Amino acid sequence: MNNKIYNNRAWWLILPMLLLVAFSAIIPLMTVVNYSVQDVFDANTRFFTGVEWFQATLNDPGLQAALVRQFAFSLTVLTIEVPLGIGIALLMPKKGWQASAILILVTMPLLIPWNVVGSIWQIFTRGDIGLMGWGLRELGYGYNITRSAVDAWGTIILMDVWHWTPLIALLCYSGLRSIPDAYYQAARIDRASRWAVFRYIQLPKLTNVLVIGILLRFMHSFMIYAEPFVLTGGGPGNSTTFLSQSLTTMAIGQQDLGPSAAFSLIYFLIILLVCWVFYTAIMNLQKDKQQDKGA
Amino acid sequence: MAEITLKNLAHTYMAEPSSPEDYAIREMNHVWHQGGAYALLGPSGCGKSTLLNIISGLLEPSSGDVLFDGERVNALPPEARNIAQVFQFPVVYDTMTVYDNLAFPLRNIGTPADRVRERVMEVADVLELTPQLKRKAKNLTADEKQKVSMGRGLVRDDVSAILFDEPLTVIDPQLKWKLRRKLKEIHQRFNITMVYVTHDQLEASTFADKIAVMYEGQVVQFGTPRELFETPNHTFVGYFIGSPGMNFIKVELRDGRVMSGELPLSVSPAIHDALAHAGSANIKLGIRPEFVEVHAARVDEAMEAVVEDVQDLGTYAILSLRLGDIPFKARIEEDDTLPRGKAWLRFPIEHLGLYVDEFRVEIPHE
Repeated sequence: MNNKIYNNRAWWLILPMLLLVAFSAIIPLMTVVNYSVQDVFDANTRFFTGVEWFQATLNDPGLQAALVRQFAFSLTVLTIEVPLGIGIALLMPKKGWQASAILILVTMPLLIPWNVVGSIWQIFTRGDIGLMGWGLRELGYGYNITRSAVDAWGTIILMDVWHWTPLIALLCYSGLRSIPDAYYQAARIDRASRWAVFRYIQLPKLTNVLVIGILLRFMHSFMIYAEPFVLTGGGPGNSTTFLSQSLTTMAIGQQDLGPSAAFSLIYFLIILLVCWVFYTAIMNLQKDKQQDKGA
Repeated sequence: MAEITLKNLAHTYMAEPSSPEDYAIREMNHVWHQGGAYALLGPSGCGKSTLLNIISGLLEPSSGDVLFDGERVNALPPEARNIAQVFQFPVVYDTMTVYDNLAFPLRNIGTPADRVRERVMEVADVLELTPQLKRKAKNLTADEKQKVSMGRGLVRDDVSAILFDEPLTVIDPQLKWKLRRKLKEIHQRFNITMVYVTHDQLEASTFADKIAVMYEGQVVQFGTPRELFETPNHTFVGYFIGSPGMNFIKVELRDGRVMSGELPLSVSPAIHDALAHAGSANIKLGIRPEFVEVHAARVDEAMEAVVEDVQDLGTYAILSLRLGDIPFKARIEEDDTLPRGKAWLRFPIEHLGLYVDEFRVEIPHE
């Protein structure tokens, strides 16, 4: 049986892959690592700084505030978008021309580029020509996203919900479509309530798509840049300045390559950590179930 | 407890049916008695599942009535009928344990916890699910899942009938007979009407006391497995039941003789008389391969046939013959002499069926 051929030259076969990954990920990342531990003045002058930039970044009150805002933003949009997306998916018709029509309508916001979304909302919320801004003012509410931090926050969250809830809805819709009719029929015969059908049939079948949806939405929202930048420019004050905007200001605006490199790495590690924790937690839930099997 | 009566029932999936072919269920009357074990047998697409869904209330019939103990239930949804249904693919609530799955229908109607426990334990015991009670339903094997599906039907005190829609399709063959026996056991123990839909004649005859054979939206015969075998009411039952199916010969009366094409048949005068009074051009004679008398040498009143193939199946053999240009099958036991090249066939009158327009007509015996 054991006529397997041993030939270590086969390792060469992974060379193209290695090159590809090197150019797409490893080399750019190592450049950032390189900058993060040095103070570079010009092509010939640089000093090794060790963890100095990292310490500075972590202790920067402005960045700490941006991080807190970032988490607040991501958690808020997730808490709104996930239940809302599930709800929309449940309400979408399952067949006929209505199904296709609604599907297209729901998907529409997903097709719009980020900075275009920002521009659309920038105009939409203007007090003089924007429908929403003008409407709210006519209704007697002194709506102004350039002055009120609450208005700015509310608008950015509304914009994100408008832009990205369809993604969750779409994922859930596909998950719901994959549930065989027999499940609903059995539930009727078992006299299950509408809530029980959702809790014990639909939600369990949605777990997998929701894990993907939540991970994607977390990463997206944590890295949000173009939309608030176009809409509020991070203001009023710093109230809507999120991490990626702080980073851009630091790296491009101020050319602080060392601190921004350290910042980038910390940023990257936070996203990695959160996703890892979330994913492991979900996988652990399923592992417990499998251990049941052995018991 | 319920007697299920189907009165002038018909169903179509089309908005404007014009011909009988447009109906999934053609107008029919049928009664399932309380406590019976029934099978609904037929090929795919004959309307079995439609009929089952009408009984359980998942579908509302286009016309006619469904009566439970004489009461019209057409408009009642499945949750208001005291009926359980087990589907082809096992339906379990993945995230619940087996115990919670079994308790689910009871909890939905607000049964007190101690009563739930009592019922679940009893049903788990009958279905041999007790060791699995604490496990998540998701990780069960297909047959265990199907047992859980059945169990959910059995726990309710108010269930008077359980409908099975090909429940053993996804079960391994060696477990099939075990579950089928389990079903019989449950039937005897709980006095529940059971209707079992299948396309497998073996499954139907081992499970049911009486089998309803469906063909093109109609129940063409309702009888015991023995009746279906010995006196099929319809040519389809003849084809479908038995292996191989019944032999049918298209016949006509010409110049006072019974002819099949150009071949004169030697049959008894009783058949001759019956043919004369049939009043239709579509007349067939049918006989089971098991009942054909095969002789290796010429005998009186026998017809000569050509032996085309012999399929030896151990204790018996199936002969493929040709009578004139009619293909014919006959079964002979292992001790019988195997005819070579030619065989002489005789059709005993008591086993010969006369079919006018596909339905059986009684031949008066002398």
